[in-house]
Amino acid sequence: MNTEFKDHSELSDIFNKDEARVDWHDETLWFVRAKRDKAAHGIPEWESLREAASQIKNNVLSNLHDYLVEFEENARKNGVTVHWAADAAEHNQIVHNILKEQGVNRLIKSKSMLTEECHLNEYLKKNGVEVIDTDLGERIVQLAEEPPSHIVLPCIHKKKEEIGDLFHEHLGTPAGMADPVFLTAAARTHLRETFITRKAAITGVNFAVAETGEFVVCTNEGNADMGAHLADVHIACMGIEKIIPKRRNLSVFLRLLTRSATGQPITTYSSHFRKPRPGQQMHLVLVDNGRTTQLSRPDFRNSLKCIRCAACMNTCPVYRRSGGHSYHTAIAGPIGSILAPNLDMKEYADLPFASTLCGSCSNVCPVKINIHEQLYKWRQVIVKEGYAPAKKAMAMKVMEFTLSSPFIYKNAGKAGRWFMKHAPFTVNNKLNLWYDHREMPEVPKESFGEWYNKNVKND
Amino acid sequence: MTVGLFIPCYIDQFYPNAAIATLTLLKRLGVDVKYPTRQTCCGQPMANSGFEHLTQGCNDLFIENFAEFDYVVSPSGSCVLHIKDHLHAPKDEDKALGIRKKVYELTEFLTDVLKIEKLNARFPHKVGVHQSCHGQRGLMLAQMTELVEAPFSKPLHLLNMVEGLELVELSRPDECCGFGGTFCVAEEAVSVKMGKDRVADHINHGAEYITAADMSCLMHMEGILRRQKSNVKVLHIAEILNAQ
Repeated sequence: MNTEFKDHSELSDIFNKDEARVDWHDETLWFVRAKRDKAAHGIPEWESLREAASQIKNNVLSNLHDYLVEFEENARKNGVTVHWAADAAEHNQIVHNILKEQGVNRLIKSKSMLTEECHLNEYLKKNGVEVIDTDLGERIVQLAEEPPSHIVLPCIHKKKEEIGDLFHEHLGTPAGMADPVFLTAAARTHLRETFITRKAAITGVNFAVAETGEFVVCTNEGNADMGAHLADVHIACMGIEKIIPKRRNLSVFLRLLTRSATGQPITTYSSHFRKPRPGQQMHLVLVDNGRTTQLSRPDFRNSLKCIRCAACMNTCPVYRRSGGHSYHTAIAGPIGSILAPNLDMKEYADLPFASTLCGSCSNVCPVKINIHEQLYKWRQVIVKEGYAPAKKAMAMKVMEFTLSSPFIYKNAGKAGRWFMKHAPFTVNNKLNLWYDHREMPEVPKESFGEWYNKNVKND
Repeated sequence: MTVGLFIPCYIDQFYPNAAIATLTLLKRLGVDVKYPTRQTCCGQPMANSGFEHLTQGCNDLFIENFAEFDYVVSPSGSCVLHIKDHLHAPKDEDKALGIRKKVYELTEFLTDVLKIEKLNARFPHKVGVHQSCHGQRGLMLAQMTELVEAPFSKPLHLLNMVEGLELVELSRPDECCGFGGTFCVAEEAVSVKMGKDRVADHINHGAEYITAADMSCLMHMEGILRRQKSNVKVLHIAEILNAQ
């Protein structure tokens, strides 16, 4: 694999070489956004629900320590083993140790963006443990040896024909077969066998209820339940921000989550896990991995309100036309672009700039994260920390110099317009990225300032 | 009531007709409007690129130019939003705050301050309205499709007063055009694709003109239209509201 680093702009450029595919990707996700709109507009109190969710999450973030302690205590009382992981590495070790203790080297996993964030699959594979993802979309990208491109629809970048080819290669479906019903049935048969034979199951966590110590996992396929109920060991992995204070808060979040995500009223399965069944082990791994650092940044802390619905991705005109992989991080799109710089500011310095700041993301966010304002603020931080490209920093200095003086500005404007008019080759060339696919504005015979001085000033 | 006319740098340099239309329209409506000639730029191109710390020179000039007026009006939602959100004066922050409270985008000034209910304008053409994001979502010039709230639109309210004008419906009435300031060159591929898609929506619905309360979006879309050798033209909303 080519390990040369490519940023969002370069990766988007590659994605855009196939315009028909970009159109298809854009329309597919716009369809999801439209379904979300329809579902939201079916609830007259939608905006109040968003506000309530936002306030509950604000309360959680302000009292996170207390809620976590309360949750841990209640979970332990329920017979759940609770583990704490400071970072991704510790999370992966904890999971591996549980498996080693049980002598398990094959497991199944339902969708968990946290394990993607921690790169658990790669870690376990290196340590000789086989992981099979049971969410259909996740299984597809796993067979393709790719990361998910979307947190709710992991293989949304793949056409059904490509999935048919993958299944032909790995699951023995007939060549050229791309019927979704047929392919889903094939995946079901294949996964059914793994559900029955694997002794350990990992699930994610959508909500962890402090007052009861239970956690809720939302899926459409029921794969989390199949895995957890059949396995001897259930390991649930969650970021520490997944806490909600009371069970009754679910009446707000469960109404918002899936309407925002796919436009469904609710996920097919919203499963509450409270205690292990007799003979079963239930483990919970609570992971920080940068979350307390983010919590300490006043401008960015409320990004931790995220419930991972992906509405911001579906509505983002940039995401739809650049694809999830262009964000080169586990969580793509607008929300990923404000989370990732917290984990590694240098590697993800490009992401806050992968936006026009149009603000649609903040408007669809069910917990009212001010995503586009945080993108703006991250840009300031990234530049101050010295991660802006030198060429850009230089251009900005020149701009500052020009625009701080009315005299220089007027003369620079005049000179620029003169060159555009009389020597168009100085701007209409390959060095000018604007000109590649767009004409330059036509040069007027005078600026407004010049016109005003002639025609109005001394009226 | 005195109004300071704030003309963004790129309108000054490339689209003087939009500025002239704004000035003429305000004068026709009886407003005492002046253009401070020492203005340059609001500083947004630097700030949105992460260099807000280099904008103090622009801020100082802006305050020097506009502090004296009762209102500041501009034919650009984006630049107005920048001033509203980011104008600072470390030595006299109240002065900056004062301006932030009295700066208006042209259409909201017409509907909210002048409370215009009638316009003497005629523009017998099919027009597509591009809802520029900073004006719409930032200044709330119009309701946003993401929200479950009652619809309204200040630009449409005004365009409906123009005789002969026929508005075209769009498939995506408030999707970003992809200009985005330095985004248009830093993320060239996506920017161009967004622009092409926006333009296509207007063309497919039979627009002869695309208008907006922000010239920057129109500059981007015009660049694409002209490269495609399209007959569809862009026109700032002030030029339509001022058309006879």
